[in-house]
Amino acid sequence: MRKFLTIAAAALALAAASPAFAATKQGGAAIVTFNNDLTTLDPQIGYDWQNWSVIKSIFDGLMDYKPGTTELEPDLAQSYTVSDDGLTYTFILRDGIKFHNGRAVTSADVKYSLERAVNPATQSPGGGYFGMIAGYDDLTGGKASELSGITTPDDKTVILKLTRPDATFLHLMAINFAYIVPKEVVEAEGADFGKKPVGTGAFKVVNWTPGQSLELERFADYYRKGLPYLDKLTFEFGQDPTVAVLRLKKGEIDIVGDGIPPAQFTEVMADPANKNLIAEGEQLHTGYVTMNVTTPPFDNVKVRQAVNMAINKDRIVRLINNRAAPATQALPPAMPGYNPDNKGYAYDPEGAKKLLAEAGVGEGFTTELYAMNVDPNPRIAQAIQQDLAAVGIKAEIRSLAQAEVISAGGAGKAPMIWSGGMAWIADFPDPANFYYGILGCAGAVEGGWNWSKFCNKDLDARAEKADAMVKGDQQEARIAEWKSIFDEVLTQAPWAPIFNEKRFTYHSDRLGGEAALFTDPIHIPVNYDYIYAKDAQ
Amino acid sequence: MIGYLAGRLSASFLILVGVTIVTFGLTFLIPADPVAMIAGRTSTPQVREQIRVQLGLDQPLPVQYIAYVTRLAQGDLGRSYARKSDVGPLIASRLPPTLLLMLGAIIAELMIGIPAGLYAASRRGKTADKAAMIASFVSISTPQFVLGLSLIYVFAYLLPWAPLGGYGTFSHLVLPALTLGLAGGGWYSRMMRSSMIEVLQQDYIRTARAKGMPEWRVLLRHGMRNAILPIVAMIGLDVGIFMSGVVVVENVFGWPGIGQLMWQAIQSLDIPIIMGVTLVAAVFIVLGNLLADMIAPLIDPRIRLR
Repeated sequence: MRKFLTIAAAALALAAASPAFAATKQGGAAIVTFNNDLTTLDPQIGYDWQNWSVIKSIFDGLMDYKPGTTELEPDLAQSYTVSDDGLTYTFILRDGIKFHNGRAVTSADVKYSLERAVNPATQSPGGGYFGMIAGYDDLTGGKASELSGITTPDDKTVILKLTRPDATFLHLMAINFAYIVPKEVVEAEGADFGKKPVGTGAFKVVNWTPGQSLELERFADYYRKGLPYLDKLTFEFGQDPTVAVLRLKKGEIDIVGDGIPPAQFTEVMADPANKNLIAEGEQLHTGYVTMNVTTPPFDNVKVRQAVNMAINKDRIVRLINNRAAPATQALPPAMPGYNPDNKGYAYDPEGAKKLLAEAGVGEGFTTELYAMNVDPNPRIAQAIQQDLAAVGIKAEIRSLAQAEVISAGGAGKAPMIWSGGMAWIADFPDPANFYYGILGCAGAVEGGWNWSKFCNKDLDARAEKADAMVKGDQQEARIAEWKSIFDEVLTQAPWAPIFNEKRFTYHSDRLGGEAALFTDPIHIPVNYDYIYAKDAQ
Repeated sequence: MIGYLAGRLSASFLILVGVTIVTFGLTFLIPADPVAMIAGRTSTPQVREQIRVQLGLDQPLPVQYIAYVTRLAQGDLGRSYARKSDVGPLIASRLPPTLLLMLGAIIAELMIGIPAGLYAASRRGKTADKAAMIASFVSISTPQFVLGLSLIYVFAYLLPWAPLGGYGTFSHLVLPALTLGLAGGGWYSRMMRSSMIEVLQQDYIRTARAKGMPEWRVLLRHGMRNAILPIVAMIGLDVGIFMSGVVVVENVFGWPGIGQLMWQAIQSLDIPIIMGVTLVAAVFIVLGNLLADMIAPLIDPRIRLR
């Protein structure tokens, strides 16, 4: 017997339920600036701050999230069913969905797109997410050219068979790497697909001058009628954020895509003219210090706990102008599984000294703290260094380029790393996304992103068991289990969680939309599909 | 002359070969793994290995170098890791803005440096001379990002005289060219001053003055025309100085040139772009030096090429 979890078309419900959206008219334009140029708009490849949300506006996946929230809803899928054992997902595609070139989307496109993400020839940074789809090993091992776990009985139906139940699977169908691309265009363009992207999304590409600008316009055949609100969306690149703030004040641009630069933050926030122009929101981010648990003295849990107690997080938060909140645990507060009752390690240098003495290193020790060399990270590393010195730990700062810190972390050569500038912003809002790659055994390998090299087989087993709970009525139990797993992680203390960054988006008075859209936890940094131009109203 | 040119060209070629070896060696000595950047956080060791093989990074360094040089000989600068597109066209599309900016900067530094040096020399030891030399010292010492942001703040934000960065029209060029050219202007004013002071001590200047020629004519006609020679010969060398300057200035002003491309490639460890831009910049520096040496005898017959 199969249990049906068919979901109603949530988009209609949303449009009807929210009067703010219902009354909004289409029209107008917006200009967004970014410092760095766009590298690519290929959804299977793009994985950076600039292109993440632009890709979301050009492409769609089977699933998506309600705007401004972390709540899943079907997108290109009209409905889906999950088998009782959690190993078979059946998606039915919506009618009338077209690519920007006018061709209707079929189930074969879904299969092609997922295989493209997994195929190592694509060099996707997200292919590893789909390891549970049957046939993954054969495709990545070069033994097959297709994923045997994906079948398409007809044009509208996609059946995915998994090798293990995975409660995060629907989230995976909503990340950029699983977005649907048209096979014939990808094959015709080859590597240039990332320059001339064709998707099903709310906006289509009109013109892209690398290094300068990208112009998008509203896709007339977008399946969500009445969306997007803006007719035209222009991105300008190579714009220093300091200069972008000045341009916004002059009314030349509408959104500073990189956020407010630290040096101008206090001034911009204090200006009464900006009162309604800064959207503040949480993001699924934790900044942390890793301690390599495979090398002494950090192989002793008491030393790791002492480091947690030695660091004055409040002071670090003040150092970055309160653009964050002190973290109590690995998971950020907006993430399911966050435990509000767990207050973490309080700042207690005396207690830290006591623990160090118990661990047999009461006289202190010397170690290295790696950090990325871009402001404010060296300053934060210095604050940590001072706190550690106060309890007798002499940490030498290694301030390096991002790629070098990542390499040192992956190789297990860094005793301590401050994660700032490289920290984990969740790709999807589920606690599992904060575990396997950065705290689980899978990431604790050479070149992996688990820089603590923390590998607890019991916790891994519990995590896998939790993720096997795929049924609707098990979700509460699953999240409770994750909560308990992360409580244990905190006790084991491979990290010292420092803060959870907040996001502040500075936008012009011309643009309207709820603050949550300007600090969308999924469409980072801004959900371009739902913001609107006031002058078009 | 022809023989000299041939010798210089072959020496330049050797220099470029040296540049490829050094940049290749340096990029691979950096303790960072481009495959980790490409394959992302979710990748398995197997996938990372496959990507390593695809990029040829599993080969021994000398083999990789020979493969690189072989492709280079065919005009192939490789393929960007992050952008997944060919480096050659990428750099070619970014070159015109950079060359335009450098031309603007050369004009700016000559227009600032020569009059300032001339004026300072004619007022040697007086307040105006000291003021000019202090100004040149400040302009040489100011970091370019500070200067650039200050110019933007004053002349584009407070006063609406220039656009707030960007690329396209002549007015977009003024501030970045000035930022790049001011430091050079400082150097030139000092060189022009000392060169001019030397010239003004020559007998023919005394003769000109003695025959009652107006002072401005003495300075411009007999003084400047001789004093300017060593300066013009320096312009070729500026190309090299500007090649490093454009990285900063292009980023401050949103100027879509190779400096901006380079900066972003460094951040993401996009080795093919780093190598490509370095090589192209080296070509320009070598050509600039060559040009400087070729120009010198043309404007000053006392210099002979051998």
